[in-house]
Amino acid sequence: MSVIVDKDTRVIVQGITGHQGSFHAGEMLKFGTNIVAGVSPGKGGQKFQDKVPIYNSIRETLHLEPNATMISVPAPLVKDAAFEAMDAGLKVVYILTEHVPFHDSMLIVHHARRKGATVIGPNGPGVTVPGVCKMGIMPNQIFRDGDVAVASRSGTLTYEIVEAITNSGMGESAVIGLGGDPVVGLTFIDVLDMFEADEKTKKIVLVGEIGGNNEEIAAEYIKHNISKPVVAYITGRSAPPGKRMGHAGAIIERGVGTADSKIKAFNAAGVKVADYPQDVPKLLR
Amino acid sequence: MGKSIFKQYGLPVPESYLVEKESDVKSFTRPVVVKSQILLGGRGKSGGIKFAKSEKELTQGVKELLGSKIRGLTVTKVLVEEMLNIGKEYYVSIALNRTDRAPVLIATSAGGVEIESVPEDKIFKRTIDPLLGYSDFIGREATQFMGLSPEIGKQFRGILKGLYEIFVKEDCELVEINPLVETKEGRLMAADSKVIMDSDSMFRHPDIDITDPEKTPLELEAQGRGYSFVELQGDIGVIANGAGLTMATLDGLTLHNGKPRNFLDLGGTDSVDIVVNAFEMVMKADPKAILVNIFGGVTKCDTVANGIVAAKERLSIQKPIVVRLSGVHEDEGRRILSDNGIESYPGMMQAIESVVKKVGGN
Repeated sequence: MSVIVDKDTRVIVQGITGHQGSFHAGEMLKFGTNIVAGVSPGKGGQKFQDKVPIYNSIRETLHLEPNATMISVPAPLVKDAAFEAMDAGLKVVYILTEHVPFHDSMLIVHHARRKGATVIGPNGPGVTVPGVCKMGIMPNQIFRDGDVAVASRSGTLTYEIVEAITNSGMGESAVIGLGGDPVVGLTFIDVLDMFEADEKTKKIVLVGEIGGNNEEIAAEYIKHNISKPVVAYITGRSAPPGKRMGHAGAIIERGVGTADSKIKAFNAAGVKVADYPQDVPKLLR
Repeated sequence: MGKSIFKQYGLPVPESYLVEKESDVKSFTRPVVVKSQILLGGRGKSGGIKFAKSEKELTQGVKELLGSKIRGLTVTKVLVEEMLNIGKEYYVSIALNRTDRAPVLIATSAGGVEIESVPEDKIFKRTIDPLLGYSDFIGREATQFMGLSPEIGKQFRGILKGLYEIFVKEDCELVEINPLVETKEGRLMAADSKVIMDSDSMFRHPDIDITDPEKTPLELEAQGRGYSFVELQGDIGVIANGAGLTMATLDGLTLHNGKPRNFLDLGGTDSVDIVVNAFEMVMKADPKAILVNIFGGVTKCDTVANGIVAAKERLSIQKPIVVRLSGVHEDEGRRILSDNGIESYPGMMQAIESVVKKVGGN
């Protein structure tokens, strides 16, 4: 088993007929992801790109044995969509949607714990294992099969760093976007455990940003629990306090969540921190 | 905003009424505080305060404050509020704990001061499972920890229940009472309160205007146009795609001794007009030069290039523009730019170095 997804991952896409859903489902098919069905209430009976059947509910897709979902529905509908997926027994729930109220995300995350499901996002680019499976919106062409695992709180910045790794001659074993919201399903500790356990992964990259203390907690955890080398990049060094820098979760509040504090914590844990995204491959050597 | 929501949910707040002219003053029944209401940065703040223990002091206090000036602003409204006979002061709040991804209840009997200054061992702190919600056992633990009397404890638990209800139903990031006053008559009162709502939940609260008073006029305009935009103090306008990459661009400029004028996340787009509109926003901030940093994916490099050319023409931009394009349709994008005499690079660092030189940095 690779990280979160593998060759047996059978994906449904909730909201496959929407603008985002249909575009990214198409890209996932090109990548080689096994999309077994789409779900779009009221659109049941249609087909996506003449091959993927569309149903009104997840229950109706169960004969196709899905085990993962990508949710790309409007923010007010996300909580219901995620509950439907977990109720149907799906164990991987990736939420692409931005602007989900964090009260909804809290309920989704806590329900997933009880159900033993993994929630990725909201408001993140998803997960990719090169050559195996992509669930999400990362550009197909930036990857190369390799041994570097990347986890990040951003989207575009992740692609930048992944491409730099690929261009340097290395490749990736897994890339996970945690999401830019204050409440998301995965923490850095969750993915560090996955990367440590993954046989293919030899090196780890964490891409953090201002806001919260997820990075500080991860740094402390790395000291005692992670044997593989870890490199980090932190963005938001120049961000003023009290301002949300694009992501709902990227905000320095009452002195908590500064880039300085995160960089110091990583340095203290022996994790090298790159000054520029393009410097990450150098530090991996 | 806090007090009116508290009232709506039946939490005890001091009785009060607004006075705009002397004839609004109601007859005196008990000691009151008269507070000037002035608008600072769009937010109501109270300034000059008078205490009134008689009818005469009340009318005199109102007369003195109405029309007076505080920090150059004329007081046009005063609030007449029941004076609390303060016995003790407590602190209580419910807020999002990002690490636990759950609400956390914080309470202390050392109230009336900044919570940050209270020693840890005096603070009751309890994460609440959002699927279970608030339950009275949590309140009983808090009551015991704080050493409240049975009667005050009962009132306190009622307040906790109401606070949690507000936190959930109003989609709050924070509900806080500080101080929570125990009067000498043995009543608990929310003397001052704070409510911060989640801006992503506004589709559930269509009646509420949560215009952020800290936002500048330019930031509000950008918000209206659908851009994430933050105004900064420097002189290099920035347009990039993705919040993380935009922040990384600002950081890169800063490390090269450049000073960004703004944060603008173009988002994922395939529209020329969105690029032109972004330039219009940045030009309003009057930068000395503009840096565009695009990593193409959903956002195609050639679309952005066409947008930059259109913006330069339509907005007659004379200021230097430096572009970094990488990713989907990069070659086509770079060709469009070079045909139109616009400088572009495949790498972020080269673009940053070039734009910093253009504004006279090193």
